[in-house]
Amino acid sequence: MYEGLLDLIVMLIGKGLMTDVLTVVVYSAIPLVIILLYALVAIYVEMKGSAFLQDRLGPMRTGPYGLLQPLADILKLMQKEDTTPLDADKKLYNLAPFVVFIGAYAAFAALPFSAAYIGARINTGVFYIVAVSSLGVVGLLMAGWGSNNKYSLMGAMRSVAQIVSYEIPAGLAILAVVMVAGTMDLQTITKLQDGGIQNWFIFGGPKNVTGFGGWSSLALVPFMLIAFISYMVASLAETNRVPFDIPEAESELVAGYHTEYSAMKFALFFLAEYANMFAVSAVAAVLFLGGWSSPFGDALNGPAMGFLWFIGKAIFFVFVQIWIRWTLPRLRVDQLMHICWKVMIPFGMATVLAVGTIVTWFAH
Amino acid sequence: MAEVLDRRMNTEIAPLPVKTVPSERVEPNRLRTEEMILNIGPQHPSTHGVLRLEAVLDGELVIDVVPYLGYLHRCFEKHSEAMTYPQVIPYVDRMDYLAAMNSEHGYALAVERLMGIEVPEKVEYIRVLFAELQRIASHLIAVGTFGLDVGAFTPFLYCFRDREDILEMFEKTCGARLLYNYIWVGGLSHDLHPDVLGMVRTFVKKSRATHKEVNELLTFNKIFVERTINIGVLKPDVAINCGATGPMLRGSGVKWDLRRDDPYSIYDRFEFDIPVGTGKMGQVGDCFDRHWVRMLEWEQSLNIIEQILEKFPQDDKTDVQKAVPKRIKPANGEIYSRTENPRGELGFYIQSKDGINPWRLKVRSPAFTNLALLPLISRGYMMADLIIILGSIDIVLGEVDR
Repeated sequence: MYEGLLDLIVMLIGKGLMTDVLTVVVYSAIPLVIILLYALVAIYVEMKGSAFLQDRLGPMRTGPYGLLQPLADILKLMQKEDTTPLDADKKLYNLAPFVVFIGAYAAFAALPFSAAYIGARINTGVFYIVAVSSLGVVGLLMAGWGSNNKYSLMGAMRSVAQIVSYEIPAGLAILAVVMVAGTMDLQTITKLQDGGIQNWFIFGGPKNVTGFGGWSSLALVPFMLIAFISYMVASLAETNRVPFDIPEAESELVAGYHTEYSAMKFALFFLAEYANMFAVSAVAAVLFLGGWSSPFGDALNGPAMGFLWFIGKAIFFVFVQIWIRWTLPRLRVDQLMHICWKVMIPFGMATVLAVGTIVTWFAH
Repeated sequence: MAEVLDRRMNTEIAPLPVKTVPSERVEPNRLRTEEMILNIGPQHPSTHGVLRLEAVLDGELVIDVVPYLGYLHRCFEKHSEAMTYPQVIPYVDRMDYLAAMNSEHGYALAVERLMGIEVPEKVEYIRVLFAELQRIASHLIAVGTFGLDVGAFTPFLYCFRDREDILEMFEKTCGARLLYNYIWVGGLSHDLHPDVLGMVRTFVKKSRATHKEVNELLTFNKIFVERTINIGVLKPDVAINCGATGPMLRGSGVKWDLRRDDPYSIYDRFEFDIPVGTGKMGQVGDCFDRHWVRMLEWEQSLNIIEQILEKFPQDDKTDVQKAVPKRIKPANGEIYSRTENPRGELGFYIQSKDGINPWRLKVRSPAFTNLALLPLISRGYMMADLIIILGSIDIVLGEVDR
């Protein structure tokens, strides 16, 4: 329906080696720019949002309403001394922040920002995102082990246990959507939901997919809601946010796996956390809330508007995560595992079973 | 007072809990792993000051924990031997810096009892009013930082917002916000500022609203309840034997409050309840009970303040320094005087040898005694619980180390 960004580049400079190089550069630069700009906004929203929730002003001195505070923070972090503990495993210690960030950044490649732009259209997009975002775990373990600090090690151990566990309920929730959509391609999943709010998968999905007729997809609504909620909860755990911020539990583990890090390496962990928040929010938006498609059918739709819808939906979920962070206390490790294995996975299994039954029932 | 002490000594003494290795107690067939010694503090966000804990961990389980003190030791007791009686008051402030009014009150009472001074009624009212306000301020921090230990950041700031109002009243009256030197032997440094009674009235209303808010946001939050119940359980007999006082003792279900059981100042004129832990959510004497007792005491202090506002002798123009002696030089003798500090029984033992400075001054610090219970109640729980148990004890290192 829409011509991609690739065609635009081809149109401008024609086909050739230069086009390929330029395409690679442009396609990889766009997510990076988005991450950096978004991180600035998210840091500001987090500071102001927490201030609003806590009955205080938040940053007010740096620029009007403290708008430049995130920039000032980044400049400060860049000027800090980059320290390495004497007994650290230097290779692992220095590599870890990059591995963590790459895990978060790589997920952006397969996010359908708009009908006209997706970094890499893979026919197993969801699968790819789930896979690469797990790469961060390796980085966290490297950081925890490499720091040669007991707090870091405990943080890393908790983190790995937590993220690996919560990938299962997240995966089950994703599976429910994939079964209804019949594809793992995020661009196709979004296109299926195009045409208004009634087509979103959280409301049972479009009526014409996999042989559904009329209002039969209403039977899916409760299960899709369960899948949506369990995906949101699991994604909080995967991004180590409150109430699942056990790996970096400030009151116990000082700062968890990044206790020893300073300067830009610390900033990279920070950036990766924010990028991860965006990635999981974006996946939630694509799978359940129609990604770049407008909630009003054809009104306000299109490649450019779609980009705004996509960012808007994702930022909304980021805000929800911030909101939760400043409201709830933290769980304990065993309670966290209890919720995952004894509550969410059975629910996820039941959802998959129910959705599968409904889809096969109506498909025949 | 001696009989009360005797009564406590003669209660049936239960044997102290036998030190067992919890990992074996909790799960008999557990794989043995190597134990790890984790040093927590003195620079750690959750030790509430400069406290160092040496924790022996088996994975995440706490096998043993030893608190190391002394990072804030200032030789208060020895130092005060070289100071005159009024000069000691600023040092008393610096002991429990979150409840300086209560400490001053205790010290002033001790010296007054030693010298047999009667203070005017108005002074008593102001003292009790400020002591109760300070108790609320102190409990606000206890509740807020306890929430912080559990991971809830927001209630902490709500508590600080309210505490700010209290500090403002103190500031208006005596000029200081934290360390007041306000309650003098025989009187007060300043009369009550005319605005303060009005401010107290608005504060009581506001504080009741905050109380409700904190309950909704923190106390009855499912996660908070799950985190705090059934951990750090302190049995009443152990609490009594180890000398725990304050919310720590009352959290275990023992109804013991010096304001009622050994009344001082004018506390016998007010009606108030003594909240005790009842195992509201879990077992009696768990961390939730201690937190809940503090929440209820906050409400009780508001009740006392309301009664003070009713009975306050506003037309009394007595000079608040009327009973301040020209020369504070008690005769030979000794006194042990105790008051109910927000953290428990704060006792001053003063020996006077006919001089202008105490010959010997010993402080019975509630935070110190309560902290001594930490190893007893934290063995066998997880590392994350250890922090919560420490938070529920509500220590102030200035008083622990003196």
